[in-house]
Amino acid sequence: MTGNAQRIVLIGHGMVGQRFLEALAERGLTRTHRVTVLAEEPRPAYDRVQLTSYFSGTSPDELSVTPEGFLDEHGIELHLNDPVVAIDRETRRVTTESGVTHPYDTLVLATGSYPFVPPVPGKDADGCFVYRTIEDLLAIEEYAKKHATTGTVVGGGLLGLEAAGALQGLGLDTHIVEFAPRLMPVQVDEGGGSALRRTITGMGLEVHTGVGGKEIKTDADGAVRAMALSDDSEIATDLVVFSAGVRPRDQLARDAGLDVGERGGVAVDEQCRTTNDPAVFAIGECAQAADGRVYGLVAPGYEMAETAAKAIAAEDGEACDGFSGADLSTKLKLLGVGVASFGDAHGAADDCLDVVYSDSRAGIYKKLVVAPDGTLLGGVLVGDTDSYGLLRPLTGSVPPVSPEQLVLPAGAGAPAALGPSALPDEAVICNCHNVTKGSIRGAVTDHECTTVPEVKKCTKAGSGCGSCVKVLTTLVNDELEAQGVTIDKGLCGCFTYTRAELYEIVRTLRITSYAALLDSHGREEAKRSDGCEVCKPTVASIIASLAPTIGAEGYVLDGEQAALQDTNDHFLANMQKNGSYSIVPRIPGGEITPEKLIVIGEVARDFGLYTKITGGQRIDLFGARVDQLPQIWGRLVDAGFESGHAYGKALRTVKSCVGWTWCRYGVQDSVKMAIQLELRYRGLRSPHKLKSAVSGCARECAEAQSKDFGVIATAGGWNLYVGGNGGATPRHADLLAQDLSDAELVRLIDRFLMFYIRTADRLERTSVWLERIEGGLDHVRDVVVHDSLGLCDELEALMADHVANYRDEWAETLADPDRLRRFVSFVNAPGTPDPTVQFVPERDQVKPDLNLLQIRPLDASEAALDNALEGASAR
Amino acid sequence: MTLAPERITLRVELRLDRGWHSICELSDLTPGRGAAALLPNGEQVALFLDRAGRTYAIANRDPFTGAYVLSRGLLGSAAGRPFVASPLLKQRFDLETGRCLDDDEVTIRAYTTRTL
Ligand code: SRM
Ligand SMILES: Cc1cc2nc3c(=O)[nH]c(=O)nc-3n(C[C@H](O)[C@H](O)[C@H](O)COP(=O)(O)OP(=O)(O)OC[C@H]3O[C@@H](n4cnc5c(N)ncnc54)[C@H](O)[C@@H]3O)c2cc1C
Ligand code: SF4
Ligand code: FES
Repeated sequence: MTGNAQRIVLIGHGMVGQRFLEALAERGLTRTHRVTVLAEEPRPAYDRVQLTSYFSGTSPDELSVTPEGFLDEHGIELHLNDPVVAIDRETRRVTTESGVTHPYDTLVLATGSYPFVPPVPGKDADGCFVYRTIEDLLAIEEYAKKHATTGTVVGGGLLGLEAAGALQGLGLDTHIVEFAPRLMPVQVDEGGGSALRRTITGMGLEVHTGVGGKEIKTDADGAVRAMALSDDSEIATDLVVFSAGVRPRDQLARDAGLDVGERGGVAVDEQCRTTNDPAVFAIGECAQAADGRVYGLVAPGYEMAETAAKAIAAEDGEACDGFSGADLSTKLKLLGVGVASFGDAHGAADDCLDVVYSDSRAGIYKKLVVAPDGTLLGGVLVGDTDSYGLLRPLTGSVPPVSPEQLVLPAGAGAPAALGPSALPDEAVICNCHNVTKGSIRGAVTDHECTTVPEVKKCTKAGSGCGSCVKVLTTLVNDELEAQGVTIDKGLCGCFTYTRAELYEIVRTLRITSYAALLDSHGREEAKRSDGCEVCKPTVASIIASLAPTIGAEGYVLDGEQAALQDTNDHFLANMQKNGSYSIVPRIPGGEITPEKLIVIGEVARDFGLYTKITGGQRIDLFGARVDQLPQIWGRLVDAGFESGHAYGKALRTVKSCVGWTWCRYGVQDSVKMAIQLELRYRGLRSPHKLKSAVSGCARECAEAQSKDFGVIATAGGWNLYVGGNGGATPRHADLLAQDLSDAELVRLIDRFLMFYIRTADRLERTSVWLERIEGGLDHVRDVVVHDSLGLCDELEALMADHVANYRDEWAETLADPDRLRRFVSFVNAPGTPDPTVQFVPERDQVKPDLNLLQIRPLDASEAALDNALEGASAR
Repeated sequence: MTLAPERITLRVELRLDRGWHSICELSDLTPGRGAAALLPNGEQVALFLDRAGRTYAIANRDPFTGAYVLSRGLLGSAAGRPFVASPLLKQRFDLETGRCLDDDEVTIRAYTTRTL
């Protein structure tokens, strides 16, 4: 780079700004130009679209979209935390807040938007926030933790719903206030809005539509206390988030005399050059595009970034087409509800017709807008957006099947025929990066990509919002198959089979040994090897699930099985961070006698264990050394406890509410049923852990709808829900069958669990399985309720085998001295405890002494240790 | 050399700075798994026996967490080389060289073993 290289100055390092830098780098412009970035925020560009994932555990660093080393590698100078305050177009200089001036030859504005805060009195009170930057989120989180139990979001659009989800996630009672008569007024129509509202209300959020905020009332200290609404009602609230739309940040441009649009936005032409200064560009949310619109989505911003980079390169010769407008299609998951809209969603075209499918009970609403000649013009999907990936690219063409069939749910007469293969090559598959089906196929054929990650890297498809990944995967696999490449769906480097296929092989050939399975069915290169950490526990679990049926030893640590189990199963306890173990005795249904409680207390006291009530209605005892496990379990088994399988991919707990025995609302004995179910399925090894709960009435105090199989009492019996999940991606369970008798309930669960165990992938919870398996819930219902595959007898027989052969693993272990031999810290010094497992006090109990693990062990006197090892090391 | 049929127990030994050090009997180990052993200087080693009857030893300390747990990881082979996956955060270590397969910067001590 020379001292008099052309200078490009970029104002704003947001998503679009970063994309612009990448586009410069790709064209080699960072080598020929000196590039400086002036940014207001304290951190390099990050993924604003995924901002809300901060509340589900994504760290600010993980949100970064600035690849490590990128700026250095391309010699780009980035100044953080110092916004530009003035542009002097005469002298071509910009000045930052700290007073530094930077000369430019080309200036690019990518200053984004600011959240619009309606002018309500009190809007600046303590506890009022906006939702745009990581700093906003950190501030909301801190305030919510310290000062709030209730929160209100002003604005029921896309961002408002995200913010509301975040507040609810922070544990606040959450209200949404939307001035329009429905939620997401821009994206969805009335029908979609009411489906959305039903679902969101069902999640416990309070929705107020058709009203505006009138005043924010504060307490004596100036902190938010309530919000008065335009209909004279009032919401008591401790925190307010304004999310009532965004406005382009065009003030700098205005001050510099650049043209701005009537409703804001720096006016640019098709090359993204400002209309009255060819040396200045504007891209992203701060710009008003040549079609007169300001785009509030990231995909059009990316296109503008590419366009501007091309235009700058064109000064050096590259020809370029411009940016004249973009598709506003979106697919989002808001509060867990899928919402998508594409094309002419509101049916604005003349003579267009609607085809609508609506199921308010399930919160599903789908509308397609079609022209009289059958051309698909657009649509709205709420609650079930699976078909979005296909429908959007079909927009503008006459779909190969009728529109009625396109909106019907699978199983209700919709043909499965319509796959991504039906799409034309010019169909845009990835909206975020504007990648067509043709380019994806090209990545496979011309660029020789052979996996989805490779195609992602090559085309960028799928690396934005991620909503196209499903279709992308199908396309890549189809293309590979067409090329004669076989796609490796194998479990791991040792097997070409999936878990479900291995299950069938083990079941039908009655293979009871992993080594035999690997040697007979493994990949050539893996035969007679030691396998790997993926397939060993998987096969161990399959053998354990089928043990009584195929004639394998039921005890999971016998013979070869011992070598296959995950560490936790191997010691029948859960390893903790310092190598000690936790102990979880089974407490079926969460019911426990005072005597047993006392035993747990005594054992914990005598062994110095830390005790905690778990989220699964039982008690965890932490901090046992491996050599203490048998003694501790000896005491517990004597008192009538058994293994709780907290270590296994197996049934964990069946939680219960107190039910009709005590509760004034209860309609069935939920505790009794929970105990019955827990005892029936205890010890059942499965692809992933299994959790359950039984509630005594529709108030659902046991949270059964968040479980793999959940049961809710009705006046007429029991409702069975399946596929629920807490964890990182919560899913509400689906109703499988209603008003079942005790016997019907148990029979259905037997079949459901055995069908899941048979067909699920390794580490696939029922929730994920139910979404993945072809035909989904309807198919599973057909199989387990209507016996469409004629499998039910066999499924029930498998479960009967399991129930009849269940034995407590800890009792069995204690009864056999040979099995106890593994419970030592050191094979050459069986009586010596591990000196690195130590504890320090914490709140009247103990916690691991982690300092000890940071340093190497003290050099103990060799003689003393030789003594301890006496016998063991005798030659 | 013929293996004396009357010799029923084989011992597993480790080479330390001051010569071979006997640890335990081969039958104390489970094929496909590991066990921890304490050395005279207080160090801990993780000893493994693979399916084919070969023994390996590496340091027992998991460098990623500081916990002395590698002996309790799962054994496997990748490209014909034996490894153990740490039971805590699952990083894999080559049993012959101690090299971490998931982080080029990390190598732990590996020991030479023999059985006789
Ligand atoms: C002890 C406990 C936390 C507590 O102190 O309350 C706990 C502790 C652990 N949970 Fe949990 N979970 C505990 C209740 C829950 C619950 C609540 C519940 O069961 O009602 C959930 C959400 C419900 C659900 O699973 O759908 C829960 C969702 C998870 C997940 C996420 C699962 C998912 O599908 O996303 C993991 C990670 C995994 O399994 O991959 C996890 C993993 C773990 C692990 C195994 C993490 C690990 O690998 O070390 C922790 C082991 C603890 C141990 O060593 O004993 N734990 N965990 C709870 C034990 C309950 C019990 O008595 O068995
Ligand atoms: C919570 C949330 C969810 C969203 N979800 C989606 C979604 O699902 N799909 C979608 O397409 N879009 C979504 N968006 C919108 C998307 O984030 C924006 O379209 C995109 O970030 C625009 O990029 P940008 O670079 O133009 O602006 P920004 O990302 O806002 O970046 C502009 C940057 O310029 C800086 N800046 C401003 N003025 C100055 C100055 N004078 N000097 C220096 N720096 C300055 C700002 O501090 C900011 O860092 C979402 C937005 C939010 C907030
Ligand atoms: S779910 Fe119903 S029966 Fe059970 S405790 Fe709650 S209110 Fe009572
Ligand atoms: S459509 Fe968003 S990543 Fe492809």
